[in-house]
Amino acid sequence: MNLTEPMPARGFNLSKDDLGSDILEIAMGPHHPSTHGVFRMDLKLDGETVVELKPIFGYLHRNHEKLAEDMTYPMSMPFTDRLDYLCGMTNNWAYALSCEQFLDIEVPERAEYIRVICAELTRLVNHCLLVGFFINDLGALGTPLLYALREREKILDLFENLSGARMMVNYMRFGGVRCDLPDGWLEECKRIVDIFPTFLDEYETLLVENEIVITRAQNVGVLTAEEATNFSITGPMLRASGVNYDIRKVDKYGIYDRFDFKVPIGAHGDCYDRFMVRMLEMRESIKILKQAIKDIPEGEIIAADAPNIYKPAIGETYGRIESPKGELGFYLVADGTTKPYRFKVRPPSFVNLTALRHMCIGHKVADAVIILGSIDIVLGEVDR
Amino acid sequence: MELNHEAILQHFPDIVWEEATKSLIVSPDQIVEVVTWLKEHKMFRLDYLSCVSGVDYMESELKTKARNAEGKMEVIITKIPDKMEVVYHFYSMEKKNGPLVIKQRVLTRENPVVTSLTPLYRGAELMEREVYDLYGIHFTGHPDLRRILMWDEFEHYPMRKDYVPPNDYDWEPTPHFDVIEKANERMTEKEGQPQS
Repeated sequence: MNLTEPMPARGFNLSKDDLGSDILEIAMGPHHPSTHGVFRMDLKLDGETVVELKPIFGYLHRNHEKLAEDMTYPMSMPFTDRLDYLCGMTNNWAYALSCEQFLDIEVPERAEYIRVICAELTRLVNHCLLVGFFINDLGALGTPLLYALREREKILDLFENLSGARMMVNYMRFGGVRCDLPDGWLEECKRIVDIFPTFLDEYETLLVENEIVITRAQNVGVLTAEEATNFSITGPMLRASGVNYDIRKVDKYGIYDRFDFKVPIGAHGDCYDRFMVRMLEMRESIKILKQAIKDIPEGEIIAADAPNIYKPAIGETYGRIESPKGELGFYLVADGTTKPYRFKVRPPSFVNLTALRHMCIGHKVADAVIILGSIDIVLGEVDR
Repeated sequence: MELNHEAILQHFPDIVWEEATKSLIVSPDQIVEVVTWLKEHKMFRLDYLSCVSGVDYMESELKTKARNAEGKMEVIITKIPDKMEVVYHFYSMEKKNGPLVIKQRVLTRENPVVTSLTPLYRGAELMEREVYDLYGIHFTGHPDLRRILMWDEFEHYPMRKDYVPPNDYDWEPTPHFDVIEKANERMTEKEGQPQS
């Protein structure tokens, strides 16, 4: 290098051809902080614009379905906690529901109420985390996320009190739940539910009309209603696109027909709507929780006819519930033994990922991060 | 809400209704026609494909007890041949009903081929890739049929019933003496000489 000559001037008056620009290939992840786990996006970039995207995953794959084929039906229950490790309760419920369909087990009234309370608390936990991480992905590092985590922590303490574990709850059983509510649990739950809206008010004041959130999230990653249906999208993401489809309302599993609640619907199907639908869903969950806590009866917590050895006849079933992320289904094939012949999980975030490529192409890299954040994936469930 | 399958059977006489599993068995040649019809017909409007699963049935024997002509109990053994199935669960978001279970059945376990529904339902893309990855069922018409959960170099199909998982010691013996010892034992069994 000749140091006597001055450096050539750079950085201005340069056209694309002078730079010799080319398509840049980037493997974003698997250890990128915004991919929510070990998830990789292989991106092709023209400047900062995404022209091609390939989602690559399977780093957490342990073949949960194969493991379940070697176990009896009840033995799989703790493993379902590890699918979507943020929402153990709803995973338990989905699996219990599918197995109850086999033998037509009637769940007692009190157990149904406990299940609803747990499931709605789980929805609060999940949506708290999601909105926190979503704002985190937008660039507001730390503070809003910790506000959300603070609220989540209270509910996790409730779960710990109830089941002995904060996340890996292993709480539901075929025909009911494992143990009754401890003394004073309902009062504590009522107190937390009553003060929860103050957090939502605070959060909405800070973020909903925030100019940066609006500029970054509106009209990003738009998914129309037809596309969302065709992509098999479920859950809040589907409703943000304007499709009124909530399995709690459609199937009315459990006792959801007894509660008065609304289903928030978005109009634009962009990231902002997905964020808002979740904020509004939390308020609806609070409504359900208040009604459930008021109405919960005394009584049995597990069905009297729940079998000790679970052995369904030859056949198959598909049970599904509205988990916080979307439709969580279990497809079970029984061959007349105590072990399932086929155990298939229909994970919501895995199927919702199908639309990622479609939503990201044409947007900037920084937008791809928030689009992924708005899908709400958990890799324990995607990879299984 | 159960869907009326009689209307489908009237329109497509080749389809078989299997009462035991409450599902329609559709051949891979016909499936695109049937599903398009169901998607557009105003009575069904099956616009939402919920779940795609593969199932592997090895050759098996079904034992049932029945009374014979002399009035004695007798065990009847029925042979169930090899087959592979791809099971689709359909719902309608517009009509809010379902499910309708449609199965593509292949009576072979050697290189089974079915028709992909991804051109009709984009949501099937990753789920069909998963079935291909874990069961080795090929989908004709799928735009991007690659492995998805297992790594690309993996050779077998792990969810098949005859798949034998490798022993842990075959992979990488750690510096623990008991593990190395067991690995050596296995190598001796396999090849007659211990691993270095």
